[in-house]
Amino acid sequence: MELSLFLQYLFAGITYGIIYAIVAIGFNIIYNTTGIINFAQGEFLMLGGMISISLLHFMPLPAAITVAVVITMLVGALIEIVFIRWIENPSVLRMIVITIGISIIIREAALHIWGESVRALPYFIGSAVTSVSILGTKISPQVLIVIGVCSVVVVFLSFFFKFTSIGREMRACAANRRAATLCGINVKNMVTFSFMLSAGIGALAGAVMSPITYSQYDNGTGLAIKGFTVAIMGGLGNSPGAVAAGLMLGIIEAFSISVLPLAFQDAVAIAILLIILFIRPHGLFGSSEAARLKEF
Amino acid sequence: MLKIRNLDSGYGKLRVLKNISLHVDGGEIVAMIGANGAGKTTLLHTITGLVKPTEGQVEFHGRDCRRLPAQKIVASGCSLVPEGRQVFATLSVEENLILGGYVLQRQKGKGAILKELNHQYELFPVLRERRSQLAGTLSGGEQQMLAMGRALMSRPRLVMMDEPSTGLAPLIVRDIFRVIVRLREEGNTVLLVEQNARAALAIADRGYVLETGKIILQGPAEDLLANRDVQRAYLGREKIE
Repeated sequence: MELSLFLQYLFAGITYGIIYAIVAIGFNIIYNTTGIINFAQGEFLMLGGMISISLLHFMPLPAAITVAVVITMLVGALIEIVFIRWIENPSVLRMIVITIGISIIIREAALHIWGESVRALPYFIGSAVTSVSILGTKISPQVLIVIGVCSVVVVFLSFFFKFTSIGREMRACAANRRAATLCGINVKNMVTFSFMLSAGIGALAGAVMSPITYSQYDNGTGLAIKGFTVAIMGGLGNSPGAVAAGLMLGIIEAFSISVLPLAFQDAVAIAILLIILFIRPHGLFGSSEAARLKEF
Repeated sequence: MLKIRNLDSGYGKLRVLKNISLHVDGGEIVAMIGANGAGKTTLLHTITGLVKPTEGQVEFHGRDCRRLPAQKIVASGCSLVPEGRQVFATLSVEENLILGGYVLQRQKGKGAILKELNHQYELFPVLRERRSQLAGTLSGGEQQMLAMGRALMSRPRLVMMDEPSTGLAPLIVRDIFRVIVRLREEGNTVLLVEQNARAALAIADRGYVLETGKIILQGPAEDLLANRDVQRAYLGREKIE
Protein backbone atom coordinates (compact mmCIF):
# COMPACT_ATOMS: atom_id res chain seq x y z
CA MET A 1 0.00 0.00 0.00
CA GLU A 2 1.27 3.42 -0.89
CA LEU A 3 2.05 5.81 1.91
CA SER A 4 -0.51 8.40 0.81
CA LEU A 5 -3.29 5.81 0.59
CA PHE A 6 -2.23 4.42 3.96
CA LEU A 7 -2.45 7.89 5.48
CA GLN A 8 -5.87 8.43 3.91
CA TYR A 9 -7.19 5.31 5.57
CA LEU A 10 -5.44 6.19 8.80
CA PHE A 11 -6.96 9.65 9.01
CA ALA A 12 -10.42 8.33 8.13
CA GLY A 13 -9.96 5.72 10.85
CA ILE A 14 -8.85 8.25 13.45
CA THR A 15 -11.77 10.55 12.59
CA TYR A 16 -14.40 7.86 13.03
CA GLY A 17 -12.50 6.36 15.93
CA ILE A 18 -12.51 9.52 17.96
CA ILE A 19 -16.21 10.02 17.27
CA TYR A 20 -16.87 6.49 18.54
CA ALA A 21 -14.73 7.31 21.56
CA ILE A 22 -16.89 10.37 22.31
CA VAL A 23 -20.05 8.24 22.13
CA ALA A 24 -18.41 5.64 24.37
CA ILE A 25 -17.36 8.30 26.88
CA GLY A 26 -20.98 9.48 26.89
CA PHE A 27 -21.98 5.91 27.78
CA ASN A 28 -19.29 5.80 30.47
CA ILE A 29 -20.25 9.06 32.18
CA ILE A 30 -23.82 7.88 32.68
CA TYR A 31 -22.75 4.32 33.47
CA ASN A 32 -20.39 5.55 36.16
CA THR A 33 -22.94 7.64 38.03
CA THR A 34 -25.97 5.37 37.58
CA GLY A 35 -24.77 1.90 36.60
CA ILE A 36 -27.02 1.95 33.52
CA ILE A 37 -26.28 2.05 29.80
CA ASN A 38 -28.12 4.88 28.11
CA PHE A 39 -28.97 3.49 24.68
CA ALA A 40 -30.28 6.91 23.64
CA GLN A 41 -26.68 8.19 23.60
CA GLY A 42 -26.48 8.04 19.78
CA GLU A 43 -29.61 10.17 19.52
CA PHE A 44 -27.77 13.00 21.30
CA LEU A 45 -25.31 13.13 18.39
CA MET A 46 -28.15 13.14 15.89
CA LEU A 47 -29.91 15.94 17.77
CA GLY A 48 -26.70 17.99 17.96
CA GLY A 49 -26.28 17.75 14.18
CA MET A 50 -29.94 18.28 13.28
CA ILE A 51 -30.60 21.17 15.65
CA SER A 52 -27.50 23.07 14.57
CA ILE A 53 -28.47 22.60 10.91
CA SER A 54 -31.90 24.09 11.62
CA LEU A 55 -30.49 26.94 13.69
CA LEU A 56 -28.01 27.84 10.98
CA HIS A 57 -30.86 29.66 9.17
CA PHE A 58 -31.04 32.15 12.03
CA MET A 59 -27.52 32.59 13.32
CA PRO A 60 -23.84 32.10 12.46
CA LEU A 61 -22.28 28.65 12.71
CA PRO A 62 -20.53 28.86 16.11
CA ALA A 63 -23.68 30.25 17.75
CA ALA A 64 -25.83 27.57 16.09
CA ILE A 65 -23.62 24.79 17.42
CA THR A 66 -23.49 26.33 20.90
CA VAL A 67 -27.25 26.69 21.10
CA ALA A 68 -27.71 23.16 19.73
CA VAL A 69 -25.43 21.79 22.43
CA VAL A 70 -27.37 23.67 25.12
CA ILE A 71 -30.73 22.46 23.78
CA THR A 72 -29.49 18.87 23.65
CA MET A 73 -28.24 19.17 27.23
CA LEU A 74 -31.71 20.30 28.25
CA VAL A 75 -33.17 17.30 26.42
CA GLY A 76 -30.75 15.09 28.34
CA ALA A 77 -31.81 16.65 31.64
CA LEU A 78 -35.48 16.30 30.71
CA ILE A 79 -35.03 12.60 29.88
CA GLU A 80 -33.42 11.97 33.25
CA ILE A 81 -36.03 13.95 35.20
CA VAL A 82 -39.03 12.41 33.43
CA PHE A 83 -37.93 8.81 32.94
CA ILE A 84 -35.09 7.95 35.31
CA ARG A 85 -35.12 10.06 38.48
CA TRP A 86 -38.16 8.68 40.23
CA ILE A 87 -37.36 5.00 39.73
CA GLU A 88 -36.12 3.41 42.95
CA ASN A 89 -33.60 0.57 42.59
CA PRO A 90 -34.31 -0.21 38.94
CA SER A 91 -33.24 -3.54 37.50
CA VAL A 92 -30.72 -3.47 34.68
CA LEU A 93 -33.15 -4.97 32.18
CA ARG A 94 -35.80 -2.38 33.01
CA MET A 95 -33.36 0.47 32.45
CA ILE A 96 -32.23 -1.00 29.12
CA VAL A 97 -35.82 -1.20 27.92
CA ILE A 98 -36.50 2.35 29.11
CA THR A 99 -33.47 3.86 27.39
CA ILE A 100 -34.16 1.97 24.16
CA GLY A 101 -37.72 3.29 24.36
CA ILE A 102 -36.40 6.82 24.80
CA SER A 103 -34.14 6.43 21.77
CA ILE A 104 -37.11 5.30 19.65
CA ILE A 105 -39.20 8.26 20.82
CA ILE A 106 -36.45 10.76 20.01
CA ARG A 107 -35.88 9.18 16.60
CA GLU A 108 -39.58 9.27 15.71
CA ALA A 109 -39.88 12.85 16.95
CA ALA A 110 -36.90 13.76 14.76
CA LEU A 111 -38.54 12.05 11.78
CA HIS A 112 -41.63 14.23 12.26
CA ILE A 113 -39.67 17.43 12.75
CA TRP A 114 -37.00 17.09 10.07
CA GLY A 115 -38.35 14.38 7.75
CA GLU A 116 -36.31 11.65 6.12
CA SER A 117 -33.99 13.88 4.15
CA VAL A 118 -30.27 13.72 4.64
CA ARG A 119 -28.84 17.08 5.73
CA ALA A 120 -25.44 18.40 6.61
CA LEU A 121 -23.78 21.43 8.06
CA PRO A 122 -21.53 23.22 5.57
CA TYR A 123 -17.81 22.59 5.88
CA PHE A 124 -16.48 24.88 8.59
CA ILE A 125 -13.49 25.95 6.49
CA GLY A 126 -13.71 26.11 2.72
CA SER A 127 -15.85 23.54 0.91
CA ALA A 128 -16.07 19.81 0.35
CA VAL A 129 -13.11 19.92 -2.01
CA THR A 130 -10.77 22.07 0.09
CA SER A 131 -7.87 20.07 1.35
CA VAL A 132 -4.64 20.44 3.21
CA SER A 133 -1.61 18.39 2.44
CA ILE A 134 -0.07 16.26 5.18
CA LEU A 135 2.94 14.08 4.34
CA GLY A 136 1.95 14.16 0.71
CA THR A 137 -1.64 13.10 1.22
CA LYS A 138 -4.68 15.35 0.92
CA ILE A 139 -6.92 15.66 3.96
CA SER A 140 -10.06 17.75 4.35
CA PRO A 141 -9.63 20.42 7.03
CA GLN A 142 -12.95 19.27 8.50
CA VAL A 143 -11.31 15.96 9.40
CA LEU A 144 -8.71 17.85 11.37
CA ILE A 145 -11.46 19.91 13.05
CA VAL A 146 -13.30 16.77 14.11
CA ILE A 147 -10.12 15.21 15.47
CA GLY A 148 -9.16 18.48 17.15
CA VAL A 149 -12.52 19.19 18.77
CA CYS A 150 -12.98 15.62 19.98
CA SER A 151 -9.47 15.52 21.41
CA VAL A 152 -10.11 18.78 23.23
CA VAL A 153 -13.33 17.31 24.63
CA VAL A 154 -11.47 14.23 25.86
CA VAL A 155 -8.73 16.30 27.49
CA PHE A 156 -11.27 18.73 28.94
CA LEU A 157 -13.25 15.87 30.47
CA SER A 158 -10.25 14.27 32.09
CA PHE A 159 -9.31 17.64 33.63
CA PHE A 160 -12.89 18.21 34.63
CA PHE A 161 -13.14 14.90 36.49
CA LYS A 162 -9.70 15.23 38.05
CA PHE A 163 -9.54 18.82 39.18
CA THR A 164 -12.99 20.37 39.60
CA SER A 165 -15.09 19.81 42.68
CA ILE A 166 -18.18 18.81 40.71
CA GLY A 167 -16.04 16.31 38.79
CA ARG A 168 -14.78 14.93 42.09
CA GLU A 169 -18.33 14.66 43.37
CA MET A 170 -19.36 12.75 40.24
CA ARG A 171 -16.48 10.34 40.75
CA ALA A 172 -17.59 9.93 44.35
CA CYS A 173 -21.08 8.98 43.17
CA ALA A 174 -19.52 6.49 40.79
CA ALA A 175 -17.33 4.97 43.51
CA ASN A 176 -19.98 4.65 46.19
CA ARG A 177 -23.40 6.18 45.84
CA ARG A 178 -24.53 5.62 49.41
CA ALA A 179 -21.35 7.13 50.85
CA ALA A 180 -21.79 10.12 48.54
CA THR A 181 -25.26 10.65 49.96
CA LEU A 182 -23.79 10.44 53.45
CA CYS A 183 -21.37 13.24 52.53
CA GLY A 184 -24.41 15.40 51.81
CA ILE A 185 -24.16 15.17 48.02
CA ASN A 186 -27.48 15.16 46.19
CA VAL A 187 -26.86 12.06 44.08
CA LYS A 188 -30.00 12.52 41.99
CA ASN A 189 -28.86 15.96 40.85
CA MET A 190 -25.48 14.46 39.97
CA VAL A 191 -27.23 11.89 37.79
CA THR A 192 -29.18 14.66 36.03
CA PHE A 193 -25.93 16.50 35.52
CA SER A 194 -24.24 13.41 34.09
CA PHE A 195 -27.06 13.09 31.53
CA MET A 196 -26.58 16.75 30.61
CA LEU A 197 -22.83 16.32 30.28
CA SER A 198 -23.06 13.28 28.03
CA ALA A 199 -25.80 14.91 25.97
CA GLY A 200 -23.61 18.00 25.60
CA ILE A 201 -20.46 16.23 24.44
CA GLY A 202 -22.58 14.01 22.17
CA ALA A 203 -24.24 17.02 20.57
CA LEU A 204 -20.92 18.78 20.03
CA ALA A 205 -19.46 15.71 18.34
CA GLY A 206 -22.65 15.31 16.30
CA ALA A 207 -22.38 18.89 15.04
CA VAL A 208 -18.69 18.89 14.08
CA MET A 209 -18.94 15.55 12.28
CA SER A 210 -22.09 16.52 10.38
CA PRO A 211 -20.30 17.95 7.27
CA ILE A 212 -18.44 14.65 6.78
CA THR A 213 -20.92 12.02 7.89
CA TYR A 214 -24.17 13.90 7.22
CA SER A 215 -27.08 14.00 9.64
CA GLN A 216 -30.30 12.09 9.35
CA TYR A 217 -33.04 11.30 11.85
CA ASP A 218 -31.84 7.72 12.32
CA ASN A 219 -28.05 7.97 12.25
CA GLY A 220 -27.89 7.84 16.05
CA THR A 221 -28.55 4.10 16.19
CA GLY A 222 -25.51 3.10 14.21
CA LEU A 223 -23.32 5.41 16.26
CA ALA A 224 -24.75 4.05 19.49
CA ILE A 225 -23.90 0.49 18.43
CA LYS A 226 -20.35 1.47 17.49
CA GLY A 227 -19.99 3.54 20.64
CA PHE A 228 -21.28 0.64 22.72
CA THR A 229 -18.78 -1.69 21.06
CA VAL A 230 -16.02 0.74 21.93
CA ALA A 231 -17.24 1.21 25.51
CA ILE A 232 -17.23 -2.57 26.00
CA MET A 233 -13.83 -2.94 24.30
CA GLY A 234 -12.32 -0.28 26.51
CA GLY A 235 -13.95 -1.69 29.62
CA LEU A 236 -17.23 -0.10 30.75
CA GLY A 237 -16.67 3.06 32.70
CA ASN A 238 -13.03 3.36 31.63
CA SER A 239 -12.70 6.52 29.54
CA PRO A 240 -8.99 6.37 28.59
CA GLY A 241 -9.75 2.78 27.55
CA ALA A 242 -12.61 4.09 25.43
CA VAL A 243 -10.31 6.47 23.55
CA ALA A 244 -7.82 3.71 22.80
CA ALA A 245 -10.57 1.27 21.81
CA GLY A 246 -12.32 3.91 19.70
CA LEU A 247 -9.20 4.67 17.70
CA MET A 248 -8.58 0.94 17.31
CA LEU A 249 -12.07 0.24 16.01
CA GLY A 250 -12.03 3.28 13.71
CA ILE A 251 -8.68 2.31 12.21
CA ILE A 252 -9.64 -1.37 11.85
CA GLU A 253 -12.84 -0.35 10.09
CA ALA A 254 -11.04 2.03 7.78
CA PHE A 255 -8.44 -0.53 6.75
CA SER A 256 -11.04 -3.27 6.43
CA ILE A 257 -12.26 -1.42 3.31
CA SER A 258 -9.00 -2.19 1.59
CA VAL A 259 -9.48 -5.94 1.98
CA LEU A 260 -13.26 -6.37 2.31
CA PRO A 261 -16.15 -4.87 0.35
CA LEU A 262 -17.47 -1.61 1.81
CA ALA A 263 -20.75 -3.26 2.79
CA PHE A 264 -18.93 -5.32 5.41
CA GLN A 265 -17.67 -2.25 7.29
CA ASP A 266 -20.40 -2.40 9.95
CA ALA A 267 -20.13 -6.17 10.13
CA VAL A 268 -16.52 -5.75 11.23
CA ALA A 269 -17.56 -3.64 14.21
CA ILE A 270 -20.35 -6.01 15.22
CA ALA A 271 -18.06 -9.02 14.81
CA ILE A 272 -15.53 -7.34 17.10
CA LEU A 273 -18.29 -6.63 19.63
CA LEU A 274 -19.33 -10.30 19.61
CA ILE A 275 -15.77 -11.56 19.90
CA ILE A 276 -15.07 -9.21 22.82
CA LEU A 277 -18.28 -10.20 24.57
CA PHE A 278 -17.38 -13.88 24.21
CA ILE A 279 -13.72 -13.71 25.10
CA ARG A 280 -13.16 -10.62 27.24
CA PRO A 281 -16.53 -9.26 28.43
CA HIS A 282 -14.70 -6.91 30.82
CA GLY A 283 -12.99 -5.26 27.85
CA LEU A 284 -9.44 -5.11 26.58
CA PHE A 285 -8.40 -2.60 29.23
CA GLY A 286 -10.83 -3.39 32.03
CA SER A 287 -9.94 -5.61 34.95
CA SER A 288 -11.82 -8.88 35.20
CA GLU A 289 -11.88 -8.62 38.99
CA ALA A 290 -13.63 -5.28 38.89
CA ALA A 291 -16.03 -6.61 36.27
CA ARG A 292 -17.04 -9.48 38.50
CA LEU A 293 -18.20 -7.00 41.13
CA LYS A 294 -20.33 -5.10 38.65
CA GLU A 295 -24.00 -5.75 38.32
CA PHE A 296 -23.77 -5.30 34.60
CA MET B 1 -29.94 17.03 70.53
CA LEU B 2 -31.40 13.87 69.01
CA LYS B 3 -34.79 12.66 70.19
CA ILE B 4 -36.51 9.56 68.89
CA ARG B 5 -39.99 8.67 70.00
CA ASN B 6 -41.94 5.47 69.33
CA LEU B 7 -40.06 4.78 66.13
CA ASP B 8 -41.07 1.92 63.84
CA SER B 9 -38.96 1.22 60.80
CA GLY B 10 -38.07 -1.54 58.39
CA TYR B 11 -37.84 -2.64 54.79
CA GLY B 12 -41.13 -3.06 52.96
CA LYS B 13 -43.38 -5.19 55.11
CA LEU B 14 -40.57 -6.29 57.37
CA ARG B 15 -40.68 -4.38 60.65
CA VAL B 16 -37.17 -4.27 62.03
CA LEU B 17 -37.51 -1.60 64.72
CA LYS B 18 -40.46 -1.67 67.06
CA ASN B 19 -41.41 1.28 69.19
CA ILE B 20 -37.92 2.64 69.79
CA SER B 21 -37.47 5.69 71.97
CA LEU B 22 -34.11 7.18 72.77
CA HIS B 23 -32.32 10.47 73.10
CA VAL B 24 -28.76 11.74 72.77
CA ASP B 25 -27.70 14.94 74.54
CA GLY B 26 -24.94 17.29 73.46
CA GLY B 27 -21.40 16.36 74.51
CA GLU B 28 -21.99 12.74 75.46
CA ILE B 29 -21.05 9.38 74.04
CA VAL B 30 -24.03 7.08 73.84
CA ALA B 31 -23.41 3.41 73.12
CA MET B 32 -25.98 1.23 71.41
CA ILE B 33 -25.14 -2.42 71.86
CA GLY B 34 -26.83 -5.50 70.53
CA ALA B 35 -26.25 -8.72 68.64
CA ASN B 36 -26.30 -9.29 64.89
CA GLY B 37 -29.70 -8.58 63.39
CA ALA B 38 -30.92 -6.61 66.40
CA GLY B 39 -31.58 -3.62 64.15
CA LYS B 40 -28.64 -1.39 65.04
CA THR B 41 -27.74 -0.47 61.48
CA THR B 42 -31.39 -0.02 60.54
CA LEU B 43 -31.72 2.43 63.40
CA LEU B 44 -28.79 4.52 62.17
CA HIS B 45 -30.02 4.38 58.59
CA THR B 46 -33.43 5.56 59.74
CA ILE B 47 -31.90 8.51 61.60
CA THR B 48 -29.88 9.56 58.53
CA GLY B 49 -32.88 9.14 56.26
CA LEU B 50 -31.51 6.27 54.15
CA VAL B 51 -34.48 4.24 55.41
CA LYS B 52 -37.80 5.98 55.98
CA PRO B 53 -39.62 5.26 59.26
CA THR B 54 -43.17 3.97 59.17
CA GLU B 55 -44.22 5.37 62.57
CA GLY B 56 -42.89 7.69 65.23
CA GLN B 57 -40.72 10.77 65.36
CA VAL B 58 -37.08 11.55 64.74
CA GLU B 59 -36.19 14.99 65.93
CA PHE B 60 -32.73 16.48 65.43
CA HIS B 61 -32.13 19.85 67.03
CA GLY B 62 -35.84 20.44 67.37
CA ARG B 63 -36.37 19.76 63.69
CA ASP B 64 -38.45 16.86 62.43
CA CYS B 65 -36.29 14.94 59.98
CA ARG B 66 -38.67 12.20 58.99
CA ARG B 67 -39.45 13.73 55.63
CA LEU B 68 -36.01 15.12 54.82
CA PRO B 69 -33.88 13.32 52.22
CA ALA B 70 -30.62 11.87 53.53
CA GLN B 71 -28.35 14.58 52.14
CA LYS B 72 -30.38 17.31 53.90
CA ILE B 73 -30.12 15.48 57.21
CA VAL B 74 -26.36 15.29 56.77
CA ALA B 75 -26.31 19.00 55.93
CA SER B 76 -28.14 19.75 59.17
CA GLY B 77 -25.17 18.34 61.11
CA CYS B 78 -25.81 14.64 61.57
CA SER B 79 -23.01 12.48 60.10
CA LEU B 80 -22.79 8.72 59.81
CA VAL B 81 -19.62 6.64 59.64
CA PRO B 82 -21.14 3.70 57.82
CA GLU B 83 -20.54 0.06 58.61
CA GLY B 84 -17.72 -1.45 56.56
CA ARG B 85 -16.08 2.00 56.07
CA GLN B 86 -17.50 2.60 52.55
CA VAL B 87 -14.62 4.84 51.54
CA PHE B 88 -14.43 6.05 47.94
CA ALA B 89 -11.96 3.34 46.94
CA THR B 90 -10.96 4.83 43.58
CA LEU B 91 -10.31 8.31 44.99
CA SER B 92 -7.29 9.49 46.95
CA VAL B 93 -7.34 9.86 50.73
CA GLU B 94 -7.35 13.64 50.51
CA GLU B 95 -10.18 13.63 47.96
CA ASN B 96 -12.19 11.42 50.30
CA LEU B 97 -11.72 13.92 53.10
CA ILE B 98 -12.56 16.91 50.91
CA LEU B 99 -15.76 15.18 49.82
CA GLY B 100 -16.58 14.65 53.48
CA GLY B 101 -16.42 18.42 53.79
CA TYR B 102 -18.91 18.92 50.96
CA VAL B 103 -21.53 20.34 53.32
CA LEU B 104 -19.02 22.58 55.10
CA GLN B 105 -17.72 23.93 51.79
CA ARG B 106 -21.23 24.93 50.77
CA GLN B 107 -21.88 26.66 54.05
CA LYS B 108 -18.50 28.19 54.92
CA GLY B 109 -16.36 28.13 51.77
CA LYS B 110 -12.96 26.68 50.83
CA GLY B 111 -10.94 28.12 53.72
CA ALA B 112 -12.94 26.18 56.28
CA ILE B 113 -12.20 22.97 54.39
CA LEU B 114 -8.44 23.44 54.55
CA LYS B 115 -8.57 24.16 58.25
CA GLU B 116 -10.71 21.12 58.89
CA LEU B 117 -8.47 19.00 56.68
CA ASN B 118 -5.50 19.89 58.87
CA HIS B 119 -7.52 19.07 61.94
CA GLN B 120 -8.26 15.56 60.59
CA TYR B 121 -4.61 15.03 59.70
CA GLU B 122 -3.72 15.96 63.25
CA LEU B 123 -6.31 13.55 64.62
CA PHE B 124 -5.20 10.76 62.26
CA PRO B 125 -1.52 11.37 61.38
CA VAL B 126 -1.40 8.23 59.23
CA LEU B 127 -3.87 9.82 56.81
CA ARG B 128 -1.47 12.71 56.20
CA GLU B 129 1.26 10.22 55.26
CA ARG B 130 -1.09 8.52 52.84
CA ARG B 131 -2.87 11.60 51.54
CA SER B 132 -2.26 10.95 47.83
CA GLN B 133 -2.74 7.18 47.98
CA LEU B 134 -5.99 5.64 46.67
CA ALA B 135 -8.34 4.93 49.56
CA GLY B 136 -8.91 1.36 48.35
CA THR B 137 -5.25 0.53 48.96
CA LEU B 138 -5.35 1.40 52.67
CA SER B 139 -5.47 -1.23 55.39
CA GLY B 140 -8.73 -1.87 57.24
CA GLY B 141 -7.77 0.27 60.21
CA GLU B 142 -6.63 3.14 58.01
CA GLN B 143 -9.86 2.94 56.04
CA GLN B 144 -11.82 3.13 59.28
CA MET B 145 -9.86 6.23 60.26
CA LEU B 146 -10.49 7.69 56.83
CA ALA B 147 -14.22 7.01 57.12
CA MET B 148 -14.25 8.71 60.51
CA GLY B 149 -12.21 11.64 59.25
CA ARG B 150 -14.52 11.99 56.28
CA ALA B 151 -17.60 12.11 58.50
CA LEU B 152 -15.93 14.63 60.82
CA MET B 153 -14.93 16.93 57.96
CA SER B 154 -18.41 18.44 57.88
CA ARG B 155 -18.04 19.50 61.56
CA PRO B 156 -21.16 17.58 62.48
CA ARG B 157 -23.06 18.24 65.69
CA LEU B 158 -23.68 14.51 66.04
CA VAL B 159 -21.43 11.73 64.73
CA MET B 160 -22.91 8.27 64.49
CA MET B 161 -20.55 5.34 64.11
CA ASP B 162 -21.69 1.97 62.91
CA GLU B 163 -19.44 -0.80 64.25
CA PRO B 164 -16.09 1.00 63.94
CA SER B 165 -14.25 -1.99 65.42
CA THR B 166 -15.43 -4.65 62.95
CA GLY B 167 -12.62 -6.73 61.54
CA LEU B 168 -9.82 -4.74 63.12
CA ALA B 169 -6.91 -5.89 65.26
CA PRO B 170 -7.32 -5.18 69.01
CA LEU B 171 -4.51 -2.62 69.02
CA ILE B 172 -6.13 -0.64 66.24
CA VAL B 173 -9.51 -0.86 67.94
CA ARG B 174 -7.88 0.70 70.99
CA ASP B 175 -6.55 3.59 68.87
CA ILE B 176 -9.93 4.16 67.33
CA PHE B 177 -11.73 4.21 70.67
CA ARG B 178 -9.11 6.65 71.94
CA VAL B 179 -10.00 8.97 69.10
CA ILE B 180 -13.69 8.67 70.00
CA VAL B 181 -12.91 9.74 73.57
CA ARG B 182 -10.89 12.63 72.22
CA LEU B 183 -13.84 13.67 70.08
CA ARG B 184 -15.93 14.03 73.23
CA GLU B 185 -13.18 16.09 74.83
CA GLU B 186 -13.35 18.41 71.85
CA GLY B 187 -17.06 18.87 72.50
CA ASN B 188 -18.49 16.44 69.95
CA THR B 189 -21.48 14.21 70.46
CA VAL B 190 -21.19 10.56 69.48
CA LEU B 191 -23.75 7.81 69.01
CA LEU B 192 -21.70 4.64 68.92
CA VAL B 193 -23.21 1.40 67.69
CA GLU B 194 -21.11 -1.61 68.59
CA GLN B 195 -21.06 -5.35 68.97
CA ASN B 196 -17.94 -4.97 71.06
CA ALA B 197 -20.04 -4.10 74.08
CA ARG B 198 -17.28 -3.99 76.65
CA ALA B 199 -15.13 -1.52 74.76
CA ALA B 200 -18.12 0.65 73.84
CA LEU B 201 -19.55 0.81 77.34
CA ALA B 202 -16.11 1.49 78.80
CA ILE B 203 -15.93 4.86 77.05
CA ALA B 204 -19.64 5.72 76.88
CA ASP B 205 -21.64 7.91 79.25
CA ARG B 206 -24.89 6.11 78.69
CA GLY B 207 -25.96 3.01 76.86
CA TYR B 208 -28.91 1.26 75.29
CA VAL B 209 -29.30 -2.45 74.67
CA LEU B 210 -31.15 -3.34 71.51
CA GLU B 211 -32.58 -6.82 71.06
CA THR B 212 -34.71 -7.97 68.09
CA GLY B 213 -35.75 -4.43 67.30
CA LYS B 214 -36.64 -3.34 70.81
CA ILE B 215 -34.72 -1.45 73.45
CA ILE B 216 -34.67 -3.81 76.43
CA LEU B 217 -32.30 -1.96 78.75
CA GLN B 218 -30.93 1.53 79.13
CA GLY B 219 -28.99 3.52 81.64
CA PRO B 220 -25.57 4.90 82.59
CA ALA B 221 -22.76 2.90 81.01
CA GLU B 222 -21.29 1.71 84.31
CA ASP B 223 -24.67 0.37 85.41
CA LEU B 224 -24.99 -1.60 82.18
CA LEU B 225 -21.45 -2.92 82.58
CA ALA B 226 -22.40 -4.12 86.06
CA ASN B 227 -25.71 -5.57 84.95
CA ARG B 228 -25.80 -9.39 85.18
CA ASP B 229 -27.93 -9.88 82.06
CA VAL B 230 -25.72 -7.63 80.01
CA GLN B 231 -22.64 -9.40 81.30
CA ARG B 232 -24.03 -12.78 80.38
CA ALA B 233 -25.43 -11.86 76.99
CA TYR B 234 -22.93 -9.32 75.67
CA LEU B 235 -19.77 -9.38 77.74
CA GLY B 236 -19.21 -13.12 77.49
CA ARG B 237 -19.01 -13.56 81.23
CA GLU B 238 -20.31 -16.76 82.79
CA LYS B 239 -22.48 -16.57 85.88
CA ILE B 240 -20.37 -15.30 88.72
CA GLU B 241 -21.64 -15.86 92.19
